[in-house]
Amino acid sequence: MRKYKVRHKVVVVIFLLISVIFIIKLFYIQVINDNYKFSANNNVLRYDVQQAVRGLIYDRNNNLIVANVPAYDLMIIPRELKGKTMDTLSFCHLTNISKKEFFIKYNKAAKYSNYKESIFIKHISLENSSTLSEKLFQFPGFYLRKLTMRDYPSNVATHLIGYLGEVNIKKTREDKYYTKGDLSGASGIEAAYEQDLRGEKGMVIKLVDVHNRHQGKFQNGDFDTLAIAGTTLISTIDIELQAYGEKLMQNKIGAIVAIEPSSGEILSLISAPTYNPNLLIGRKRSENYNILLHDENKPLFNRALQGTYPPGSTFKLLNGLIALQEGVILKNTHFKCNDGYDYGDEKKVGCHPHNSPVNLIAGIEISCNAYFCNTFNNYFRSFNSSILAYDNWHAHLSSFGIGDFMNNDFINGSPGKLPKSSYYNTLYRGSWNANTIISMAIGQGELLLTPIQMANMTAILANRGYYYTPHIIKEIGREKIDSSFALKKYCSIEAKYFEPIINGMEKVIENEKGTATNAKLNNIIICGKTGTAQNPHGEDHSIFIAFAPKENPKIAIAVYVENGGWGSTWAAPIASLMIENYLQKEITNKTQEAFILNGNLIKKE
Amino acid sequence: MRDAKNIFANIDKVSILLYAILMLFGWVNIYASQYNEDVTMMLDFSTRYGKQLLFIGIASFVAFLILIIDWKFFYSLSYFFYIVIILLLIGVLLKGGVTGGATSWFELGGFKFQPSEFAKFTTALALAKYYNALHIKRISLQDKLKTYVIIILPFLLIILQNDLGTALVYAAFVLVLYREGLSGNILIFGIIIAILFLLTLVIEKTILVYILSFSALIIYLLSRRKKKELLLILVILISCTGFIFSVNYIFNDVLALHHRKRINILLGKEFDPHGAGYNLIQSKIAIGSGGFSGKGFLNGTQTRFDFVPEQSTDFIFCTIGEEWGFVGSFFFMILFVGLLLRVLFLAERQRSNFSRIYGYSVATILFMHLAINIGMTIGLLPVIGIPLPFISYGGSSLVGFTILLFIFLNLDSYRLQILR
Repeated sequence: MRKYKVRHKVVVVIFLLISVIFIIKLFYIQVINDNYKFSANNNVLRYDVQQAVRGLIYDRNNNLIVANVPAYDLMIIPRELKGKTMDTLSFCHLTNISKKEFFIKYNKAAKYSNYKESIFIKHISLENSSTLSEKLFQFPGFYLRKLTMRDYPSNVATHLIGYLGEVNIKKTREDKYYTKGDLSGASGIEAAYEQDLRGEKGMVIKLVDVHNRHQGKFQNGDFDTLAIAGTTLISTIDIELQAYGEKLMQNKIGAIVAIEPSSGEILSLISAPTYNPNLLIGRKRSENYNILLHDENKPLFNRALQGTYPPGSTFKLLNGLIALQEGVILKNTHFKCNDGYDYGDEKKVGCHPHNSPVNLIAGIEISCNAYFCNTFNNYFRSFNSSILAYDNWHAHLSSFGIGDFMNNDFINGSPGKLPKSSYYNTLYRGSWNANTIISMAIGQGELLLTPIQMANMTAILANRGYYYTPHIIKEIGREKIDSSFALKKYCSIEAKYFEPIINGMEKVIENEKGTATNAKLNNIIICGKTGTAQNPHGEDHSIFIAFAPKENPKIAIAVYVENGGWGSTWAAPIASLMIENYLQKEITNKTQEAFILNGNLIKKE
Repeated sequence: MRDAKNIFANIDKVSILLYAILMLFGWVNIYASQYNEDVTMMLDFSTRYGKQLLFIGIASFVAFLILIIDWKFFYSLSYFFYIVIILLLIGVLLKGGVTGGATSWFELGGFKFQPSEFAKFTTALALAKYYNALHIKRISLQDKLKTYVIIILPFLLIILQNDLGTALVYAAFVLVLYREGLSGNILIFGIIIAILFLLTLVIEKTILVYILSFSALIIYLLSRRKKKELLLILVILISCTGFIFSVNYIFNDVLALHHRKRINILLGKEFDPHGAGYNLIQSKIAIGSGGFSGKGFLNGTQTRFDFVPEQSTDFIFCTIGEEWGFVGSFFFMILFVGLLLRVLFLAERQRSNFSRIYGYSVATILFMHLAINIGMTIGLLPVIGIPLPFISYGGSSLVGFTILLFIFLNLDSYRLQILR
């Protein structure tokens, strides 16, 4: 067949042609295209995230207030159950779930993946897990995965500490640190100091085969990282004072904020009603959260930071200071009180019966409305226009942190309400004066403060003119906190004008005619001021602000009790008990303490 | 003349060297694909690499036996072997074991014996012998038909075993016949049919007919002898159209479901990463992840951790691609094609038609295996289960390919004695 010899070449060409096509294709998938390398890693590498243990939180006296306890998730790998008989009944008994629940959970896991593990039962506590782990060998496909849960040894300061919540999808997109199902701080310190507390996740890269079975470490673990535990925080809080305050506020609605004036450190921050922080961890978390969310007394609402209230008569102190600073009154200036303050046609701000006329100190001591209405009016009249007067007044108040978030280290809060002059200009069409807004003279009207602002105002009084931004954390690990918290911030009132006001505050408690003599302590001089804020929705709010001792004060406190009536009825004794507890560690007036503890202002049948 | 004192003097050493290298390289890759850190014994005959070592020993022994036997043994017994294997193929249909849907083997003392692996060389021998006896000048239609029957009989029996892959290999004989004088149009016809078949599955039928008609019109306008070619063009166009409309029938009624799926996945018409498409995706991932220089011996994660199915048999090339990279794959191709070209070269220098036809059969059969197997693993062809000669795990296939090759090397060593 010589004549077909040329066909030898055709066959050779066919062989070579196809080989070249193969080599080109191989070059493409092996050298040019990277997708296959990526897919290969996806196939074989399992990134096992090692969750970091969250940072601990101590109070100012080194009491552990937020701890971690080990807990377990019961995991399931559905494939390993296949073809095996299992005593479902005793398993359900052991894990305390119904047979129906079992199959719902099992199907859910199997639907997700037969080879990958998924959580069967979340957050099993240590004590429940011990019996489980003993018997779990009977049930192939199930195992326990260790994790840590928050634990609150003292069961108080819930609002302050905050709680953890599962991150939402938005957060996982914004911050690559998080993946679905991770917990992060949702409120309080947990949220504000999330970056410090969360630590750093570790990563173990495992090799797995097609059945997701572990085949060893990737590159001998050279790329593995260890989880780094979160930073320990030292809070400014005094957990005993906090616990005592929460006890005093039980069955009441309101807030207490106590600050150390010399540092701005928050000693306690109480919002009532509160709830047990342990409700919001573990398996019943969302169930409990729903109950709390729908409670009519709004226990989830942090009144100390977010509640906005009229300051009532406590605000007279600031108006007095401004008037002194502006030279409108002197400490000897007297005003008459005709059972109140008359202005315009039969308009009157009422006052309770007392001697008249009174000077500034007595005006504070007995909380004379007429005195401060006159002062407010005189102050306005010393300016050419109401706008100028109001703007100046607004500037003074702003220097006290009123109407401002105050840049504290909480993530939530409220700036309260301090309207601008333009607000009134619009409201009264340009025609207004002191008497138009006379209720501001006695801390009513549009003005609203949060309890922490009231406490800060008290701290300024205690310091005679300056404050440190209130804050809740003293130390982050070994590091000091932000330097802005160590910055002395002066208000616009000179120190010398504080003396008469403080003397008046002393008399509120010490003098027999004072409005809060029931707050008197035997060996500590408390300077305070009552407030009774009118409440259109019901009983007046009971308010008291105080600091003690008079010289070199250690604590400044604001107490707000909703629907508590007179300031002296609830707020003043509560403040007094708090001060005594903090300074003396012992309560002398047990009757008063019992009265407060038993007092129930929440109407419940 | 063959040197009687040293029987190896006339044997082609290049082929034997390439054969040995490929076989050992194959074993290395079977070892890698089955490698398990817990088992350190190399000679554990319960493992596949242990068994393969045994098969290599058997294959080498068989190769040696073939080389020392006189060539007339194969020539005279060609039909006998052919008939024995045909009987075995029928037997396996009646009493064989089933793997992966194919009824193709007998159980023989713990080892599986697959007659279809041996049918290739017996068919080649029978074809060579029959063709050799023909008068070259006047090959009657009857002779041609008999030639086809020799090829088609084992082909049909293997189809009946449901082993489409092995059956496809018989297409190799078309190339052999082409070398021996079959019209080249057959090759072109075959290629056109294949292309049309695939196009029909991808493109809408009517659009395809329009395209074809348009092309026919262009060809007609460009041709010089219009009247003469008009008829031819029309006939081709009409038969193509007829074929296009019968593709659906072939595809849906002749092919089995898993074949349809595999073709659809290859064409991108179906996406099924966990079902029928799994093999293809995982095999490409394994090969692709090898990169330029590979992950290194025993470091192939995809093959070692069983992501690639059939990794020591049909998908053994994945291990080569993953652990040895493009460099390794390239050299493997060079070696293998080198052996094929060597065999073709040797075949061409034969004096007898018998030796040449057999040599061509060897080269084209090995080539079909290479093309189908590699084409499948790199995603150029649908998934068709077929071993990679000398490389894949399996005693029948290794011994079968060894016999196939070494009978030719035997014939080649006697080439000066075999005239006509």
